[in-house]
Amino acid sequence: MSLTVEIRFTLNGSPTRAAVPPGLTALAMLRDIVGLTGTKYGCGEGECGACTILVDGLSVNSCLMFAVECDGRAITTVEGLAADPANDRLRDAFVEEGGVQCGFCTPGMIVQSKYLLSQHPHPSHEQIRRGLEGNLCRCTGYKKIIEAVAKAAEGTP
Amino acid sequence: MTVVAKSSLIGKRIPKMDAPEKAAGKTRYVQDINLPGQLIGKILRTDRVHARIVSIDTAAAKALPGVYAVLTAADIPKRGLGVNKDNPPLKGDKVRTIRDEIAAVAAETEEIALEALKLIKVVYEDLPILADPRQSTQPGAPVIQDAKPDNIAMTFDYAHGDVAQGEKESDVVVESEFYLHYVTHCCMGVSGIIADFEPTSGNLTLYSNTQVPFLHKREFSEVLGMDPGRIRIIQPPIGGGFGSKLDIYPFEPIAVYLAKAARRPVKLVFTREEEFLASPTRQPALCRLRSGAKKDGTLTFRAVDILLDNGGYTSWGATIPFVMMQTFSSLYRVPHCLFHTKAVYSNNPYAGSFRGYGNLQATFTVEQHMDMLAEKLGLDPLAIRMKNAQESGEVTGQGMVFTSCGFKECLTTAASRSDFARKFTDYAQQQSKPGNKKRGIGLAAMIHVGGGAKIYPSDGCGTILKMDDFGHVTIMTGASEIGQGSETVLAQLVCEELGLPLDAVSVVNNDTEVTPWDVGVHASRTTFIAGNSAIGAARKAKDKILNAAAKVTNMTADQLEMRGGFVVRAADGEMVMPLPKLLRSLHFSDKAELVMTTHYYEPSSVHQDKKFMGNVSATYAWAAQICEIEVDTDTGIVTLEKVTAAHDVGRVLNRMGLEGQIEGGIVMGQGYALTEDLMVRQGKVLNPGFRDYKLVTAPEIPEMDISFIESMDGEGPQGAKGVGEAPAICMAAAIANAIHNATGVRLTRLPFSPENVYRALVTAKGGVVE
Repeated sequence: MSLTVEIRFTLNGSPTRAAVPPGLTALAMLRDIVGLTGTKYGCGEGECGACTILVDGLSVNSCLMFAVECDGRAITTVEGLAADPANDRLRDAFVEEGGVQCGFCTPGMIVQSKYLLSQHPHPSHEQIRRGLEGNLCRCTGYKKIIEAVAKAAEGTP
Repeated sequence: MTVVAKSSLIGKRIPKMDAPEKAAGKTRYVQDINLPGQLIGKILRTDRVHARIVSIDTAAAKALPGVYAVLTAADIPKRGLGVNKDNPPLKGDKVRTIRDEIAAVAAETEEIALEALKLIKVVYEDLPILADPRQSTQPGAPVIQDAKPDNIAMTFDYAHGDVAQGEKESDVVVESEFYLHYVTHCCMGVSGIIADFEPTSGNLTLYSNTQVPFLHKREFSEVLGMDPGRIRIIQPPIGGGFGSKLDIYPFEPIAVYLAKAARRPVKLVFTREEEFLASPTRQPALCRLRSGAKKDGTLTFRAVDILLDNGGYTSWGATIPFVMMQTFSSLYRVPHCLFHTKAVYSNNPYAGSFRGYGNLQATFTVEQHMDMLAEKLGLDPLAIRMKNAQESGEVTGQGMVFTSCGFKECLTTAASRSDFARKFTDYAQQQSKPGNKKRGIGLAAMIHVGGGAKIYPSDGCGTILKMDDFGHVTIMTGASEIGQGSETVLAQLVCEELGLPLDAVSVVNNDTEVTPWDVGVHASRTTFIAGNSAIGAARKAKDKILNAAAKVTNMTADQLEMRGGFVVRAADGEMVMPLPKLLRSLHFSDKAELVMTTHYYEPSSVHQDKKFMGNVSATYAWAAQICEIEVDTDTGIVTLEKVTAAHDVGRVLNRMGLEGQIEGGIVMGQGYALTEDLMVRQGKVLNPGFRDYKLVTAPEIPEMDISFIESMDGEGPQGAKGVGEAPAICMAAAIANAIHNATGVRLTRLPFSPENVYRALVTAKGGVVE
């Protein structure tokens, strides 16, 4: 078996320790070691966005990040967003606007939308479309996802 | 007096029932499930296109610590999969395509499994490659499957009338050759399966993404040589289907054989690269079409000759002519039709079923010919279609019966909402003006099955309905959920019958041990078939409830109704008693009874005969889509600006779900036409990844104007038809017609990538592209 490196980081607000092989991706650590399967494998090469997480508030394709790089950082996954009532508006908007079909891209879309709204609290439709450019969806045709993000932004102070 | 108001969920915007879980990251797909003691399965695939396998040495792989099983063809029964049973799960004698499975490993971790694959040594003797399907039936062509020495996998022939007579009656005739390329499903969730044997009984449980669990039981039993009654299929939520999961594929029995050999559960999940290489494609086609019309635009005949590249093995792709012929024979009134297709073996990837099932290909050719005939006759594209469009009451040459038909309304609605006539004329006049940005508008229409498709011995679906003591309803339906929203529509239909709010209904749809039989989620059939089945079960429950209520109220059952969770007086809505109270009084009595009902619905359609005659679907969906584009003639870039779509959906059940299906289908059709291209060269797939296989992304979607034509189908659930496939079908044809409107150039080869468009534009002007 591979040697492991011990890392410490904040995961969804809680201090966390993990022993990870140096070649392991952050995605595989989250899914296989920590057991948070909300973050999805879609392509493994940073093209589809299904594995999007927040690292110190920035959106990152976790398939392209080594697990060891999480050391000392604050990691937020879709489960972390779901646990915080401040994000209910975003989740509800996806549900109520029909932004979810098969749902496989949805965790990545939600995390990316959270990031987008942190950068542009009152985004234009164009900013939303550009902001979701790196997240693929095969079911919805994106329109309802864009509308969901616009709705989530409504009423934001 | 307490009056309970009538309410209905039909036509409303109902959020998908499983969306909150999915949006919270809680949903567990097959990728997310892990069983105790589970091993990881991996497949060794060949790097050759066509080669004889001389030897396979697995000794080093078997010796690797952490490896529990290594299998080759020698270790498993010699049985083939697929439509022609020509695809053994592991290949022992030779490989025929780049995706071929040579050996499989089950190991403690993925890392060890991959290490073991590297240790397997295969010696090949290369064979001549057959990469061009036009060469497949030439003398001396390499034989791909020994059982089919002529390389012909399957043929379909259909005819009505006499095309020679039709040709005589024609004032104009057009003939073209169309080429339709490889694309693939790109489900966001890659393929995967977990196989688990029960230790003493040997019963097999599969956690599977299949779209056809009940057919799969039989398929698995045949390949495994196992009693189908001992196979249980659990379908965790599925990360997209689009037809890709209609067949059984080698990785599935491989996982089962690994689990059997290792005596441990085995999970086998694809990488994205494997998904591109080893899951099916849309069927590529080379289509020669000859069509005629009279001066007034009346169609006279159609003669169709199609060559399908079957690849190395036969999956559902070979059978798409079954659907294609419907468009040729019956989208319009055509008095004479001759249709011939041939699927030939090659060393290319093989195609499966894919949303639209051949109809994107057929519509691409037919709808371009409608424009070409119109142009020759000096008619406009709408007029020639209206002249020949089917109407309610028609029975086509193929025996398809159109009960409800909103086709003409689809055409006129899309045309008027997009200002088609004016724009079509304006853009055509601007073709020769200076400037590299040309605008165009194009129309295409389609027919597709909308009331199931009677292909298997039964096209039905079963429902079990139970009510608890508190008025909560659970329905167990055979229908599979792949993201399309069937669970929500079925719940709505049950609520409509029983006068309940949506949160009073749960839907169980994921376990063959629990749910009754259904033929599977395909052919746009689930709303129609499973919907009618759910309604049937709900009506039986309602009868039981109202009869019980009649006994305690001294009223007759037909004087009573169910509304808002109450039994009420039908005449004025006066509350008689809460439903839970009635259910408990029925249950907790000396003649105790529960409300539990079952219903099996089989549509009124028939199996077609050997000449493909017969009404294969209980109803048909119709649509017209109009695309507005801009072509940059300097770069060949085509930008899709706006899509105006009008769909005969029978009746709107869940407006939001329906919009989601249409929008998603439009964008999938946009990808087929403009961006997606699985590049297969000499049998090799050059772009097995999202970096080089370009899906449409959020900034590229068009403005969408969607209208629903409610033709209220007599047999449809609340009047609805199936429409899951319809929205993807017209797009490539409409964009082709729009490019012609913009540039005067007719493009007959997909995709309309910048390179292909630029080449076509330059070549049409007599130029040469390096």
